[in-house]
Amino acid sequence: MSATTSTRRHSVSAFLFEHARLRLALLLTAPLFWLGLVYIVALAALLVTAFWTVDSFTGEVRIEWTLDNIVTVLTASVYQSVTLRTVGIALLVTVIDILLALPIAFFMAKVAGPRLQRALVIAVLTPLWASYLVKAYSWRTVLSPEGLFAWLVEPIGGSSPGYGIPATVITLSYLWLPYVILPIYAGLERVPDSLLDASSDLGAKPWRTVRSVVLPLLYPAVIAGSIFSFSLTLGDYIAVSIVGGANQMLGNLVYTNVGTANNLPLAAAAALIPIAIIMVYLAAVRRTGALDNL
Amino acid sequence: MSAPAISLRGLRKEFGSVTAVDGVDLDIAQGEFFSMLGPSGSGKTTVLRLIAGFEQPTAGTIELFGEDVTSTAPFDRDVNTVFQDYALFPHLSVLENVAYGLRVRGMGKRERAERAREALEGVRLGGYGDRRPSALSGGQRQRVALARATVLRPKVLLLDEPLGALDLKLREQMQVELKQLQRSLGITFIFVTHDQEEALTLSDRVAVFNDGRIEQLGTPAEIYERPQSRFVATFVGTSNVLEGAVAAQLLGVPGTFALRPERITLADAPTGRDRAASGTIAEVVYLGTGRRIIVDLDAGLQLTVLEHTLGRDAASDAALRGTRVVAEWSDRDLVALDAAVPVTP
Repeated sequence: MSATTSTRRHSVSAFLFEHARLRLALLLTAPLFWLGLVYIVALAALLVTAFWTVDSFTGEVRIEWTLDNIVTVLTASVYQSVTLRTVGIALLVTVIDILLALPIAFFMAKVAGPRLQRALVIAVLTPLWASYLVKAYSWRTVLSPEGLFAWLVEPIGGSSPGYGIPATVITLSYLWLPYVILPIYAGLERVPDSLLDASSDLGAKPWRTVRSVVLPLLYPAVIAGSIFSFSLTLGDYIAVSIVGGANQMLGNLVYTNVGTANNLPLAAAAALIPIAIIMVYLAAVRRTGALDNL
Repeated sequence: MSAPAISLRGLRKEFGSVTAVDGVDLDIAQGEFFSMLGPSGSGKTTVLRLIAGFEQPTAGTIELFGEDVTSTAPFDRDVNTVFQDYALFPHLSVLENVAYGLRVRGMGKRERAERAREALEGVRLGGYGDRRPSALSGGQRQRVALARATVLRPKVLLLDEPLGALDLKLREQMQVELKQLQRSLGITFIFVTHDQEEALTLSDRVAVFNDGRIEQLGTPAEIYERPQSRFVATFVGTSNVLEGAVAAQLLGVPGTFALRPERITLADAPTGRDRAASGTIAEVVYLGTGRRIIVDLDAGLQLTVLEHTLGRDAASDAALRGTRVVAEWSDRDLVALDAAVPVTP
């Protein structure tokens, strides 16, 4: 008697409790549908379009299977040089960001008191609230021939790098720095202070402790941060058009192919390059075993 | 006479507005098993960290074998530490953990592996060198931490509540092993604990810490038998404290006295010991090896009595509540906590 009432009272919960698969289905259907549509279908559409062609008279996409776009992207010298330049910029930005993020994150996680720590986390996050364009254009101002940068380095005989690849590297390093600091900071937070004490206690000088204890433990976090800065740089085309002078990156080629040239299939083929590169990068990272500890 | 292993003079440490260590003077002899005992926040761990060099004192000096190391970095001090959380490096194998100190000193690969293996065998973990620390139990990690700290053959080993995370049986076993290890190495052990029983059973000498100061310093027997303050009397073991009007009424002397529960006997009628006080049994707690009896004295004091031998029938514990008894003790069992009053009332 009492069993029936209690069953009735919790009928929905009890029913779901007994049907684990249904519970899972209700939980995951909507997000899986979204994931499938946004990630898989969109990516597949891109992949497929790369093998189509454009009617040279009407300018419309024709479903006619061809490898021409892929061949063009792989062999045309403009694609080759832009790809090399983009990968070079992405690597440089990643290295600069890691070198800047490590000491900042270490200070935040291990040196600063709780109040300063909170203030620094907010300070690192705040630039993410500002518009990308505002930040890129402010760097354009800073790096202009009469800008802040020139004013700062002129007394020591320097001058502004002007608009070009160095300016692009500086701007992109600035833009992605928070994405590199945060995972490294989170990784450092998980390293107990006693490990640093223990290393020092066993006779290791500070630099030795950094090399033998801190960096090995931080490796997964550094890799996570580098994936952000590397892939974000690979896909960027706005910063370079604002501070990069006449230089182009892969994103610009995609953009012009979609817009001015009205050649969506070729744009799709060009967009496959960064995807291929990031996959190679992830495979290389996997081989080092850095992802095993994530 | 050789210099003490550790010599602390006027040691102070402030964290912001909090004074963690408030003027500690201490000499620890070579080869001594020395315990720093106190409740959490009493400053004992901070003193240990100051000796290791992880913290810089606000004032005062630290000498190691007569050499001033107050501002020497931890990696240049000839002491090693066993941490409360063991602090084993998770990315290194057990053998690499033990060999770490030898590695940073530049010892060759083969030699350091050899010595690390010996150290692991010394703590009965010979076959565990290839494992990760995460694959070991708490007691095994504890022994790896010991091996890692002792493989460097330091002159002083600092132990920060090393047994705190272990269960009772393992803790008792590790206490025996620690004592044996200290004897075989012949080096100074400085052992921080909040467990008074651990401090009493292991140590040659004990310093009882309270509020950043050493409240009392002495052998375990001195600390237990002759506590010099109310804090020591009640923190180290249990004490009945007789003071004020109660002391005047029961002992005929004003002042503060400590009386250990196991020194008191209970009887139906006075048997002629030095002092007797009548009261009513309020509670009986069965302890296995004996029982603890709480007696409400007519004089207005609650007295804790420990009976080791079962003088009365154990089955009748509950029936004892409310029984009238006479509590008796000898004058020599009273410890004056008030220096102004002579020890014997």
